[in-house]
Amino acid sequence: MTQEDANVIDQPEVLRHKMVSIEISGKKYEVPEGITVIKALWYTGQEVVRGAGCLGGFCGACATYYRTKDDPKVRTCLACQMAVEDGMSFTIMPPFPARKALYDIQTLKDPKQELFNLYPEAPLCRNCNACTEACPQKIDVREGVWKAVFGDFKSVSEMFMDCVMCGMCTPVCIADIAPNLVALYVSRAQGAHFTEKPQGLETRIKEIQDGRFKEEWNRVLAMNEKELADHCATVT
Amino acid sequence: MDIHALQQIVHQTRDARRQQTLPKFPSEARDQLIHTYHPDYRASAYRPIRFGPNVNDKTVLELAALLEGDSLIADHADLTPHYTTDVLVVGGGGAGCAAALHAHGAGANVILATKLRLGDSNSVMAQGGMQISVAPEDSPVTHFLDTLKGGHMQNDHELLKVMVEEGPSIAKWLIGLGVLFDRQADGNLHVKKGGGSSKPRLLTCSDYTGLEIMRVLKDEVLNQKIQILEFCAAVELLSDDNGHCTGAIFKDLDNHRQVVVAAKSVILATGGIGRLHIQGFPTSNHYGATGDGLCLSYRMGAKLDHIDTFQYHPSGAVYPEQLIGALVTEGIRSEGGHLVNAKGERFVNELDTRDVVSSSIIRECEEGRGIRTMSGRVGVWLDTPLLDAEHGPGTVEKHFPAMMMQFERFGIDISKDPVLIYPTLHYQNGGVKIDTNSETNVKNLFVAGEASGGLHGRNRLMGNSLLDLMVFGKRSGMTAASRAASLQQGKLTVNHLQRFRADARKHGNSSGVISPMILPAYTRKEPERTTNG
Repeated sequence: MTQEDANVIDQPEVLRHKMVSIEISGKKYEVPEGITVIKALWYTGQEVVRGAGCLGGFCGACATYYRTKDDPKVRTCLACQMAVEDGMSFTIMPPFPARKALYDIQTLKDPKQELFNLYPEAPLCRNCNACTEACPQKIDVREGVWKAVFGDFKSVSEMFMDCVMCGMCTPVCIADIAPNLVALYVSRAQGAHFTEKPQGLETRIKEIQDGRFKEEWNRVLAMNEKELADHCATVT
Repeated sequence: MDIHALQQIVHQTRDARRQQTLPKFPSEARDQLIHTYHPDYRASAYRPIRFGPNVNDKTVLELAALLEGDSLIADHADLTPHYTTDVLVVGGGGAGCAAALHAHGAGANVILATKLRLGDSNSVMAQGGMQISVAPEDSPVTHFLDTLKGGHMQNDHELLKVMVEEGPSIAKWLIGLGVLFDRQADGNLHVKKGGGSSKPRLLTCSDYTGLEIMRVLKDEVLNQKIQILEFCAAVELLSDDNGHCTGAIFKDLDNHRQVVVAAKSVILATGGIGRLHIQGFPTSNHYGATGDGLCLSYRMGAKLDHIDTFQYHPSGAVYPEQLIGALVTEGIRSEGGHLVNAKGERFVNELDTRDVVSSSIIRECEEGRGIRTMSGRVGVWLDTPLLDAEHGPGTVEKHFPAMMMQFERFGIDISKDPVLIYPTLHYQNGGVKIDTNSETNVKNLFVAGEASGGLHGRNRLMGNSLLDLMVFGKRSGMTAASRAASLQQGKLTVNHLQRFRADARKHGNSSGVISPMILPAYTRKEPERTTNG
């Protein structure tokens, strides 16, 4: 074996070029095994406008329902982050008309109490856990809703840092809660009202206003190209 | 061979590598490395632009064709406006949201139009963080010098000074809106060191910095009841008799109708060009990153700056096939992750600037020290398990949850196995030339964010993009809003198109390309069939 041959990774899905049968919105197609769900749409000749965004698993535009062969369980995924397999059936989720409460985050008087005015349905959770099962980011959504209701905003903000706002927790809720929107409100309130103000930042803003760096700026900005390059080289 | 068998060399050499310190390249070696291996120096990928404000300047073939491309709009199109506003923001990413919020906050009527959904952008994917000099041992001047050095001394000094000085107040604004930056035990902002930076300066929200900022900004745009036109792609700008910008024409992607918006000023925040797949590179960019703002501004007569230089992020995923081009955050290298070739050796100081690190990876691969996949791709290892070895078990999972999840979906545990990476097309270093108010040489046409140029020179430093978006989004929004009161709505014409078309004819342009591209053509065409007559 030569050095070059020694450093080649097998990729069964590339080697085999195996075609698999899938269903897109109830229609049968043959596509190469292992391509992503979103690529399967392109492969089958479909124009994609709604249902694709960052293509990196961060924006939640491609929230998808899918089912694998002979399994009755309908699962959720992000279409750009899921590979197709034989017998898979999927449909991209259309935008769901959830109600987002409007608020001025900075002037909230009592953010923990205000939650019940903005989202009065939040305490009506019936513990069915469907939201948690629907989350493609594996967030314990149900737990998050309860923590929000009990005022543990800090935990909610940490639990929902992974939330891509795909909204798949919303259509399944029998109490008409939009957990991702509740969590967004809670996280913002946590950041704006219950997190310490960083003193170092205030100091730096004041230093800039007071012109503490003025002399250094004058010196640096007066340098010619060569002097500036030499000066940059000394910064390590 | 099985991927696990090939990874063994990374595990075997880990302890020896941990003892090693690799110096950065001396400046001459660094220049030679870049000139030999960086894609920006591949002459065959470039050609001069034939006409327009940047006539004879070189850029990549893919972009040149679009800049010279024709408009979808006819010379005598019906320009009766459907909407009229003070400030029209085009683009719903970080710069667009910041511009809209600040313009609205300053009392202007604002419409934000975007070709996908509000927030669909590269901003939402930014993992590495946001550079702001908040640490006591750091300063805006040091931030300036680091950025200048990283940009090969080609950065616009005025733009750069504005950005680094306004950084801290931007952090304060975001915190006030509820953005949850990582903190130290004493409540101060936690800062990480980024590639090419001399001081720890990266503010982060674990590895979800862009997502966290965008969740908040999007929510704020909705709370402020700013009018939003989603799935509306800008296809042409409007100008008055003086050539000043007066609005834009959109194509509604749902019903294919044209939408005309009259505005006293227009802010283009349309982002980058990754989806043009320059030189065949995969990209880390979002679906709509097709350089629309460059084409629109160019036809209006706006001058572009540094459009011959692009950033190839050192670590794009090469394996598994489904993640090709996806970004493996630089944060891994910031925390000490090694780059390792097929022989188990390190070959570059991992915290050098992105262009240097990318060039060195390309060199390893071209000289036969890369690892190939069966689909013909090649890459080097990024030693992710090293972070757990170095800082204790659970480090990767705790600091890089987004990346853990991304690979976990394909059965790869990056805290146990290294990942295979190769440079991916990541960022447009240049763009439309702007002044410190984010305005172009076309009056009342502003450009903010990745679509603008000059600030980053020939290579953007990690973490400077998120700050760029916020600072120049704000400046464009404030300036545009401040003009609204004294400015009359100008006439709506496409006279600039007639001039552009005359110029195109003179230079024999009949490429047939229509720009902007709007979305990449990924839909597979029906295979050709033979027919009878």
